[in-house]
Amino acid sequence: MGRENSDMQQATDKDYPPLNLHVPEPKTRPGDKPDFSHIKISPVGAVAKPEHDVSAQDIKDLAFEMVRVMDEHGKPQGEWALELDEEILRKALRAMMRIRAFDKRMMRAQRQGKSSFYMQALGEEAIAVGQQLVLQKGDMNFPTYRQQGLLFAQDFPVMDMMVQIYSNDKDNLGGRQLPVLYSFKQAGHFTISGNLATQYIQAVGWAMASAIKGDRKIATGWIGDGSTAENDFHSGMVFAGVYRAPVILNLVNNQWAISSFQGIAGGEVSTFASRGLGYGIPSLRVDGNDFLAVYAASQWAAERARRNLGPTFIEWVTYRASAHSTSDDPSKYRPKDDWEHWPLGDPIERLKQHMILRGFWSEERHIQAQAEYEDEMRVTAEKAESYGTLHAPKTKRSPAEMFENVFADMPPHLRRQRQEMGV
Amino acid sequence: MDGARDIKMNSKTKSMSMIESIRDAHDVMMGRDDNVVVFGEDAGFFGGVFRCTEGLQQKYGKHRAFDAPISESGIVGAAVGMAAYGLKPCVEIQFADYMYPAYDQIVSEAARLRHRSNGEFTCPLVVRMPVGGGIFGGQTHSQSVEALFTHVVGVKTVMPSNPYDAKGLLIAAIEDPDPVIFLEPKRIYNGPFDGHYERPVVPWSKHEKGMVPEGYYAIPLGKAAIAREGREVTVLTYGTMVHVALAAAEETGIDAEVIDLRTLVPLDLEAIEASVKKTGRCVIIHEATRTSGFGAELSALVQESCFYHLEAPVLRVTGYDTPYPHAQEWDYFPGPARVGEALTKIMEN
Repeated sequence: MGRENSDMQQATDKDYPPLNLHVPEPKTRPGDKPDFSHIKISPVGAVAKPEHDVSAQDIKDLAFEMVRVMDEHGKPQGEWALELDEEILRKALRAMMRIRAFDKRMMRAQRQGKSSFYMQALGEEAIAVGQQLVLQKGDMNFPTYRQQGLLFAQDFPVMDMMVQIYSNDKDNLGGRQLPVLYSFKQAGHFTISGNLATQYIQAVGWAMASAIKGDRKIATGWIGDGSTAENDFHSGMVFAGVYRAPVILNLVNNQWAISSFQGIAGGEVSTFASRGLGYGIPSLRVDGNDFLAVYAASQWAAERARRNLGPTFIEWVTYRASAHSTSDDPSKYRPKDDWEHWPLGDPIERLKQHMILRGFWSEERHIQAQAEYEDEMRVTAEKAESYGTLHAPKTKRSPAEMFENVFADMPPHLRRQRQEMGV
Repeated sequence: MDGARDIKMNSKTKSMSMIESIRDAHDVMMGRDDNVVVFGEDAGFFGGVFRCTEGLQQKYGKHRAFDAPISESGIVGAAVGMAAYGLKPCVEIQFADYMYPAYDQIVSEAARLRHRSNGEFTCPLVVRMPVGGGIFGGQTHSQSVEALFTHVVGVKTVMPSNPYDAKGLLIAAIEDPDPVIFLEPKRIYNGPFDGHYERPVVPWSKHEKGMVPEGYYAIPLGKAAIAREGREVTVLTYGTMVHVALAAAEETGIDAEVIDLRTLVPLDLEAIEASVKKTGRCVIIHEATRTSGFGAELSALVQESCFYHLEAPVLRVTGYDTPYPHAQEWDYFPGPARVGEALTKIMEN
């Protein structure tokens, strides 16, 4: 004990150079010319579509390639291409365009001091919309704060979302939650936590419950590239793999956490999708800005879950075109014109192009629709504001409400504290 | 039999250890409610390292009682999702000392689902975990973590001191519409331990609280029990320390009233007030470390509500603010000698 092994010697400069810690750094910073040469992009239509009952091992390459359907003209190519009905495409485009109009209006409202906070989905609208369109009533989403598309794709009333953002009299959460951390059970939208990754394992648990009960419902879990570093990501993947839970595990790789790029979460050394392989979960890497690819991959994963074939892990490659939230300025940590050079383009423009090619959409109608949606959001926001905003409430919310719903029945100590408050 | 409800007058009783009564509570509830599911590390086929879930998988099937990966955050996180779905998960953390990875899921998720969703989603789950020392478990198998939960809004915290209470409280915990942390003092799993480690082990079969009614009964959460009536000093305690306090009262001859709190949140302040106002003195005992321990909360509450009835300053007997030592276990453990000194000291005032 405590004795040095006499044979042991310290390494010297003669043997090895000094060690050097690697701290990942994005290719470009403010002032640099955007460069996305590190994003590996497969040719359109090049990736095969496997059977639903495939094993993770059999489709290893799909975790490194990229499922892409639409070519640069909007024409579908390859095995993942589906001949989608005009109605579905119209619905999708409408949802995506309305999100963008909604985001624009709610950003403006925050800047005007009408709410405390907002988060946009700019540039990644196709993902949540595409996935929601393959889900069924009774399924449950466990979203992060950037999946408003799950609600828009079901034509959920934007008024209900706006009043939550304004924390006003009509807010279904009674002013308890930060704006956009919605909870809409009837719409299959689980209460969003502000803590990242915690809900990934919860989605798996919910799906396990459905299987325990012999039900037919499936769950979807959502996480970002940054928070895959959290232990709950690992827990979720382990449990999903072990119990073959009927769940779609989505990972939205939008390249940025807040100011740290995906390399800080490990994206530099391998694709995020490849992490699924170690858990034995069939894993796909998909162009998240290609609505047709999003829909097809989501449908494949949902089908696997419904047939009791277990979980699917999907990395959606996209780009967060907006700031992380209203509290950061991306021009301080990445090139200002980054998004304009993003190689996978704008999901709305790409779907528009496809629909024009199919012959049931046009530039003129697109411009009209955009104006219509912006108008709709302006009118609805005005109406929502008439019920009050955070700092200009219509009626002052009773402070007694904060004591409600801590427990089903208010225990004596909370009752006492409420009484001390004089309410 | 204070506080118990729904016990038929003629219901049969059976001698059970605390392990057996906890197992029986699971059995009763799994039989009554298909939505009750049980899982944890080694909790399925084998029935748990302390055997509290033994036989449940064989009786109810592996969909309802199963082994979990060694992942406390995963166990509780999955349980949160299941509870939100409508199941009633009752999960086991093998030792409270392993609970920390699950803390975020308990504090930020289970405890707040109801509030943050304004009642849309709820989280009726029970997280069971063995606590406390006295088994030569060293610092990773001996901790008492109750104060880490009593400080958290939205969870209830329970710690029984005997087989009868353990069964009734666990049934109430499983029936509760909100998350409950159920702390099991492992030193008294097999018998009432009064801190006299040098004496032979006493089994529960020799103790009146080891006689447990068969079938269903519940002890409401938030109700304390008077373990010993007395007039001179009130002892506030729970878990293993109830038995230490009783021994110290007998050995010092001081007529202590020993209150077994049973539930820490919600707390039975009425019972505490009534006793302290009667005796005018209060000693608080817990095995957990002292600083910011639950005793600090109890002391503050007694001071706030009974100050003009107090004849002496409130005293605390607790574990020390050190990691739980292995070889010096009995120096650390607040045994009957230390408790007796506190009782004697408070009577000097």
